[in-house]
Amino acid sequence: MKITVLDRLLLLITGLLAAYQVVAGINGLEKVPIIAYTIAFGALLVAGLLLIILGFEILDSPFVVVISTIMPLSLSLGLVWEHVASWRIPYLVFALLGFTAILLTRFLPIPSRLPTIVLALIHSVAGLVIFVLPSILAANGGASPGFALVGLGGALIGLGGLLLAFLKAGRPLLSRVTILRILPALLLLMTLAFVIGFSVT
Amino acid sequence: MPSKNPLSLIKTKFKLYWPLIKSLQTGLLLTTGLAGFLSTHHAPSIPILLQVTGSLFLSISGSTILNMWYDRDIDTVMNRTHNRPLASGKVSQKEALGLGLAFSIIGVGWAMSVNLLYGLIVLAGLFFDVVVYTICLKRRTCWSIVWGGISGGMPILAGRAVALGGIDLIGLLLALAILFWIPTHMMTFSMRYSEDYRAARVPTFPAAYGLEATRAIIALSAIIAAACIGVAGVMIGVQAGFLRLMVVLSAGLLLLSLATVFRPSERINFGLFKYASVYMLASMVLLAL
Repeated sequence: MKITVLDRLLLLITGLLAAYQVVAGINGLEKVPIIAYTIAFGALLVAGLLLIILGFEILDSPFVVVISTIMPLSLSLGLVWEHVASWRIPYLVFALLGFTAILLTRFLPIPSRLPTIVLALIHSVAGLVIFVLPSILAANGGASPGFALVGLGGALIGLGGLLLAFLKAGRPLLSRVTILRILPALLLLMTLAFVIGFSVT
Repeated sequence: MPSKNPLSLIKTKFKLYWPLIKSLQTGLLLTTGLAGFLSTHHAPSIPILLQVTGSLFLSISGSTILNMWYDRDIDTVMNRTHNRPLASGKVSQKEALGLGLAFSIIGVGWAMSVNLLYGLIVLAGLFFDVVVYTICLKRRTCWSIVWGGISGGMPILAGRAVALGGIDLIGLLLALAILFWIPTHMMTFSMRYSEDYRAARVPTFPAAYGLEATRAIIALSAIIAAACIGVAGVMIGVQAGFLRLMVVLSAGLLLLSLATVFRPSERINFGLFKYASVYMLASMVLLAL
């Protein structure tokens, strides 16, 4: 499916928002969240640029699964590090092991359903953390109510990530054309929710 | 019947001349020059900034036109370039030569009048590009692109030199970054249009050393270019946020470069070519901010 001018425009705005977040949206945080958020929004920015330049065909690359895992994994790590001090090290270990597992199951010839199970497990945990943690914090007054938007972004990233990951894994949840049609708008909405959500923390 | 309206004549000539300066390439090199000027982060003198912009634009455009004039026979043979104004005969050789010389002389003269060192660096860039790269080496050796790279690094060095009043390590690092960025740009291009270059008998790295070696060189140069820009950014004192963004964009460049080595394809190769331009433009903006 050919990428349209509107798709490119939406992706450009997404990239600019992600760039803004890397430059100005995470100042003043601790080192680990800064690194984690930089990786998360950086992956989003580079992915947006590559989609603009190469079109949707780039989604056929095996790197897509890796990129679409880096984003939620590092974003969730940043959130946990910032807001749940007791989970910091266990979640850091989970993030590192999870990423390694994704790399190994993508690039080594592993038969059976293990790669899909690993993918689903890691995406689900990371997606749930991004969705649930900000929502709870916003609800119990631990953060401003607007922080719930990060949770909304989490729901969207979980949706997008799963759609892409399962498409790539050969078990699409929606048709390829439908996924590609909604992907740029989904990425933009998700990024917008994150940028606004983080700005009102 | 040709129109006698002077405005319409200017419009027609402008349309014919514009492709002669390769606006995107000239624009990118001009941006590096301005980034070099602004990278000192001193409050810029607007008159000097305007003069640097004008003189660099004329010098870069002039050398580009002279290159195109000299390479007109190559352009005629290559599919990608046979429609260029000179190759297709829409602009006469004499006209193009005159325009190229006029732009170059005015541009370098203007640069000299702004600052002698700045003018000399601009002149060196023009000399390396037109004489060393295009006339002496391009048809003889694929290593000519090193000289193309050196000339490509001159605008940023010149821009910083005029702002500082001298050459410093940061300026040299920035010029080095451009030198190593050039292969990422030009070699991916020569891989994409290898048939054209073969037909025109222009030696290229892919033809001389094979695709695998060329891809490895591209990846290595991308790493060195990104490292040079990063170190220069730290030495300049670029804000932490901008530095983070530079790291992210550099990571994208490295990822694509490595992808061309380990998962080579025409699409990835073209992606790297395009991304390298976006990367350089963005890095220049970040260095200047």
